[in-house]
Amino acid sequence: MRIKRIIPEKIVDSASVSEIPDLTLMDPLIEKYKTRKGNLIPLLQGTQEIYGYIPHEAFLKLNRETGLKLNEMYGVATFYAQFRLSPAGKHIIKMCHGTACHVQGVTAITDEISDLLNVKDGETTEDKVFTLETVACLGCCSLAPVMMIGEETHGKLTPKEASKIVKEIRRNEKFTENVKS
Amino acid sequence: MNKTTVIVGLGSCGLAAGAGKTYDEFHRIRQADKLDFEIKKTSCVGMCFREPLVEIIDDTGKYLYGSVDVKRVDEIIEKHIKNFSPIPEYIIESEKYKSEDASFFDGQVKITLRNCGHIDPESIEEYESRGGYEAMRKISNTNMSYEKVIQSVLDSGIRGRGGGGFPAGMKWKFARNNNSDKKYVICNADEGDPGAFMDRSILEGDPHSVIEGMMICAYAIGASEGYIYCRAEYPLAIKRLNIALDQARKKGYLGQNIFGIPNFNLEIQIKEGAGAFVCGEETALIASIEGERGMPRRRPPFPAESGLWKHPTNINNVETLANIPWIIYNGPQEFAKYGTEKSKGTKVFALTGKIKHGGLVEVPMGITIKDIIYKLGGGITGGKKFKAVQLGGPSGGCIPEYLSHTIVDYDSVNATGAIMGSGGMVVMDETTCVVDVARFFLDFTQKESCGKCTFCRIGTKRMLEILTRITEGEGKQGDIELLEEIAHTIKDSSLCGLGQTAPNPVLTTIKYFRDEYEAHIRDHKCPALSCKKLLTYEVIAENCTGCMACAKGCPVNAIEGEKKQVHHILQDVCIQCGVCFTKCKFKAIRLS
Ligand code: FES
Repeated sequence: MRIKRIIPEKIVDSASVSEIPDLTLMDPLIEKYKTRKGNLIPLLQGTQEIYGYIPHEAFLKLNRETGLKLNEMYGVATFYAQFRLSPAGKHIIKMCHGTACHVQGVTAITDEISDLLNVKDGETTEDKVFTLETVACLGCCSLAPVMMIGEETHGKLTPKEASKIVKEIRRNEKFTENVKS
Repeated sequence: MNKTTVIVGLGSCGLAAGAGKTYDEFHRIRQADKLDFEIKKTSCVGMCFREPLVEIIDDTGKYLYGSVDVKRVDEIIEKHIKNFSPIPEYIIESEKYKSEDASFFDGQVKITLRNCGHIDPESIEEYESRGGYEAMRKISNTNMSYEKVIQSVLDSGIRGRGGGGFPAGMKWKFARNNNSDKKYVICNADEGDPGAFMDRSILEGDPHSVIEGMMICAYAIGASEGYIYCRAEYPLAIKRLNIALDQARKKGYLGQNIFGIPNFNLEIQIKEGAGAFVCGEETALIASIEGERGMPRRRPPFPAESGLWKHPTNINNVETLANIPWIIYNGPQEFAKYGTEKSKGTKVFALTGKIKHGGLVEVPMGITIKDIIYKLGGGITGGKKFKAVQLGGPSGGCIPEYLSHTIVDYDSVNATGAIMGSGGMVVMDETTCVVDVARFFLDFTQKESCGKCTFCRIGTKRMLEILTRITEGEGKQGDIELLEEIAHTIKDSSLCGLGQTAPNPVLTTIKYFRDEYEAHIRDHKCPALSCKKLLTYEVIAENCTGCMACAKGCPVNAIEGEKKQVHHILQDVCIQCGVCFTKCKFKAIRLS
């Protein structure tokens, strides 16, 4: 189940992604960790910080420049929930499915958002604005049910309120989109 | 006359409740009205149910205001700060007023949480002004030997607060007795139990206490390097830890010959966890720091002998370490004054679920569960009936209402089949279905199993399938026995704590609520009216306005009725999805 969630439906091969990411962005990161013990996870975390996910090319580059083995990196990247192998939406909605939130009925809220955005757990909306994820406990259990969008945590939610917050973000996105074009 | 001080609680929970906006609003009005008062920040005092919390200190005393959202700021400034007339309705506690909610603090003894909510966590000076780093100074000034430090920890009787409850002093002794030129001390801040958040609160509210705890441990066992392994889901905790570590370095509290103790060198760094519950297990955590998949290793050798990069390593969790400076400074007897014979000191509990006063409480060991829930926690929300409490998260178990006189200490809790764990208490009322809760936990452990041990990997999956089947009304005779059998096999044949304890929620719910399982299997009924697939939905004719909202929402067209006419649900078409119930604005759908 865990693995299913992390590996994207179709593994994004580099040809289908129009732009190849700028790999030089990783140089300072590699410089910093190259010779340290136990650097695999910090390198992957740093890479994900730069691109929002770990692009295929980044694995190859890490392999070339640090000597870390591809199978080991892939093994680690698919083991931990944090790592993403395909690009995520601009806003990541983390719905807490921890115990407290479960008991307080978060499932109904996830369903509501899932319907609203027409995505399932782990998926990204077509316009690449939202990714919906379920996580285990955001540490605000006494305000359950809780969701986190970006850095902001929203507590004591109802399905209605949650969808209001998401709609609001979507409206702002559309607005900036219009201004730009 | 002293300057009035406004202190806003800015922990993660406060921020989620809008404390950030409250804080900004105080700043804005102060500037706009050119007022002269000081604004400070602190972290969480544990009273999450009344967040955002604001404390105002002026010449007449201290006032703790609750639920201060942006809209109330103006009024508070106007009345309290400008005109010196506090607003009793909003006050939780002050010297003169005491609201009902203040009972939350009665009976609490704050050792671990001594500074949380009282100091600015980003200021080392404030930590020191409340006795911070005094324990290290005491060790240095009195030439306290490492044996004496370890003896103090042993004498205090403190047991690991992360789950197992192993005496911390023993662990230290083992790590000390293994000779090596390099040793490590690790702080386990990978709080994985969904429903517990004391470690987050301590890291956000009093990071220096954990760092000082690590220093003392390093001194005692002879370690020169430290790691704090913290969940990435706690960005604020990581930020504040980083600030605290920088401050400690600048002051020379980390580095070479610290506190003037010759050859006592220590460097501490943070490792961000990447999201895996199994990393709460010591050996898996070590594997993760080494950059590998977080899979547990066989013990022995124990980490005290061969841990991180094969060197002797001591691992304690956040809550344990936060207690250490207090114990060293005040003496082990002071700590051992609290608690029961075999469980000394205090313990922090996270109260969540269907409880009125959700938040963090710290109580002496030995208090009853009932007292925690009713006296401090204010009882059950919405006047519902208390059914059970889940203690110890996914590794723990359900304790039913009739055992709520159980006292909290390691052994009494273990006797019920639950475990103390990290101290997450999820309170359930009559509307919570225990079979569903058991299914929820198995879903969690099944996803989090690292896959190394066959029985844990496959067994939890099979158990989840059976439980799902039961909650969907497809349970079979013999399912309960099958669950029990698989559960015991998993317990017996798993390498680490995750597998050994994963079946606990199922076993305890079967033990205490067997009739509920049977109702699901035999009668296809969910007594708590929670399992959707087992409910029937009906329209209450008197309430139905014929608005058609339910009919439009129904995915299988199981609802008939003309506009403005009473609707009707076709039971043989209905798939029990519950959409009509959520769509109805007139309370016209009944569940049974
Ligand atoms: S269970 Fe949802 S925040 Fe902890």
